[in-house]
Amino acid sequence: MEPISVISGIAAPLKRSAVDTDQIIPAEFLKRVTKTGFDDALFYRWRQHDDFVLNQPVYQGARILVAGPDFGTGSSREHAVWALRDFGIRAVISSRFGDIFRGNSGKQGLLTAQVPETDVVRIWDALDANPGISASVDLVARTVSVADLTVTFEIDDYVRWRLLEGLDDIGLTLRNEDAITAFEARRESWRPRTLPVR
Amino acid sequence: MTGRTLAEKVWDDHVVVRGENGSPDLIYIDLHLVHEVTSPQAFDGLRQAGRPVRRLDLTIATEDHNTPTLAIDRPIADPTSRLQIQTLRDNAADFGVRLHSLGDKEQGIVHVVGPQLGLTMPGITVVCGDSHTSTHGAFGAMAFGIGTSEVEHVLATQTLPLNPFKTMAITVEGELRPGVTAKDIILKVIAEIGTNGGQGYVLEYRGSAIRSLSMDGRMTICNMSIEAGARAGMVAPDQTTYDYLRGRAHAPEGQDWDDAVAYWDTLATDDDAVFDAEVFIDANALEPFVTWGTNPGQGVSLSERVPDPAQLEDANERAAAQRALEYMDLAAGTPLKEIAVDAVFMGSCTNSRIEDLRAFASIIEGRKKADGVRVMVVPGSARVRLEAEAEGIDRIVTEFGAEWRFAGCSMCLGMNPDQLAPGERCASTSNRNFEGRQGKGGRTHLVSPLVAAATAIRGTLSSPWDLENDPSPAEPVDALVGSRGETPRQAQGAEN
Repeated sequence: MEPISVISGIAAPLKRSAVDTDQIIPAEFLKRVTKTGFDDALFYRWRQHDDFVLNQPVYQGARILVAGPDFGTGSSREHAVWALRDFGIRAVISSRFGDIFRGNSGKQGLLTAQVPETDVVRIWDALDANPGISASVDLVARTVSVADLTVTFEIDDYVRWRLLEGLDDIGLTLRNEDAITAFEARRESWRPRTLPVR
Repeated sequence: MTGRTLAEKVWDDHVVVRGENGSPDLIYIDLHLVHEVTSPQAFDGLRQAGRPVRRLDLTIATEDHNTPTLAIDRPIADPTSRLQIQTLRDNAADFGVRLHSLGDKEQGIVHVVGPQLGLTMPGITVVCGDSHTSTHGAFGAMAFGIGTSEVEHVLATQTLPLNPFKTMAITVEGELRPGVTAKDIILKVIAEIGTNGGQGYVLEYRGSAIRSLSMDGRMTICNMSIEAGARAGMVAPDQTTYDYLRGRAHAPEGQDWDDAVAYWDTLATDDDAVFDAEVFIDANALEPFVTWGTNPGQGVSLSERVPDPAQLEDANERAAAQRALEYMDLAAGTPLKEIAVDAVFMGSCTNSRIEDLRAFASIIEGRKKADGVRVMVVPGSARVRLEAEAEGIDRIVTEFGAEWRFAGCSMCLGMNPDQLAPGERCASTSNRNFEGRQGKGGRTHLVSPLVAAATAIRGTLSSPWDLENDPSPAEPVDALVGSRGETPRQAQGAEN
């Protein structure tokens, strides 16, 4: 995973609440067995409408999405993160995220910046005043800046550290190999086994 | 030291490495369920890193999301679905994972298969690349959905780094009226706390109404915890749990069983434990429940009217409700019972177990479906299908005019050919009424199996209560499956 420190680029306002992962990527696109090439699937149904925010010329090349509360609820599909990433989105700003979506984002280097709902509205206002303007999400300083507005955001400390360092989660866990093996040695025999015990 | 909750006990007993300075705990995973949709990229990741599956004996796979529910002996028509299924078969063969393929009698929806094999048990941790993994919490397991990166992580390490959660008690006291079921409880809970109310929490369902539910009912409730934003929902294990589990293929035996029960008996939340949040629901007052909008929290009692968004105080909720009514093509103030449906879907990991099918059959037996309504009945697993057929439920379904299908996720999410056409309206026993969930442009009303059955008979959203005055050869409504976890057949038997 590439280390992340500051993400700058066009910010698009997505003024909807409770954007579930079925909307981010509908189920028909989950049949693919690859991990890339999902840019065409992002918000597939909504993108059929010309007035959808990401269809507007001024937001082409957007790197930051500023969404209403409860972004990424519902299905666990990590494809939602892959679709955002493949489309070019590097950070999503919202006042609340679905738990599984937020976890998936952290694993895939998509920054989820949580700010109070009032700050989401202030950012939307700044974007509306100057559509297509660049914004900046600074992971080191935990700030979002757009025009003369700067607000701070929340992100889990551990996720932030991993993103800043670009660390692979599995590699980190395997540093605990001895502890895992020791834990396995003391597991009770009644616990389930999917294969016949020899 | 104050007492601990059920969730905290299970968590504590799975900590491999306690996190320090804000880093997560490393949690051991007892059971990893795998299906075709969220696993291909995870197996690819293992391959690229040259890693094996660490614990094949704690891993099991099945095919469910893409599988057709008709003509399962023929090749899958859709080439992308076929490729995804084939990819799972190749991965299972390459890595040595136990797989139940289409046509196998243990094939079915992953959350139906785990419990019926006796793999799901109290006090264990269960994960799957599917948000409805919360289902398994009904046994007092800590069970939650994960993304594909985490699937790869568990395949490689049998652990996950996880942050501790908060705990919420959902206490449901009282006795459900006949015709009111577990599904109505959970739809009410979600409407009450909202689709984000459970975010960051593990929900523990408690109280007399939960205690009196069967395991199938408890699974329905825990299944939809994620629709309230919670990754996991749990019910403390009790005699109902043990009776369900004992004798199943993978349930412990002999000394192991005794040791397990001795441990499981210690898991219930301590009397002096403190929850971070508490919610109370009066079971006595519950009525059959139905959703009117495009998220599972947008629901009301079936006897009510479509709400008026203008009455909502929160601006976001108001905007969401307006959008939802537009998508659902509903006018505020319309009595819900006047809403006509085009389709009824009886199935999904929420409501496709044998008791769900029995409940549905108890209402439709001896009747005919409404003209012009398409009714699809999809058992949760091949085994459930066989069990239902042994009881004659398939015959009741087909004589009613409904379709009796093979097992899978089917029209819950329409990854296979079972989809709504644009504009079609469906009463569905599934778990999500999101825009386009059951097919592009499809409109979903989430309901219980009993409401699905009554709706299929009358053609408009209905509960068994609406059938009381209809001439019918079916058994009286008060013999239906209710709060006490009896099956209709058992209830009938008790009366005879």
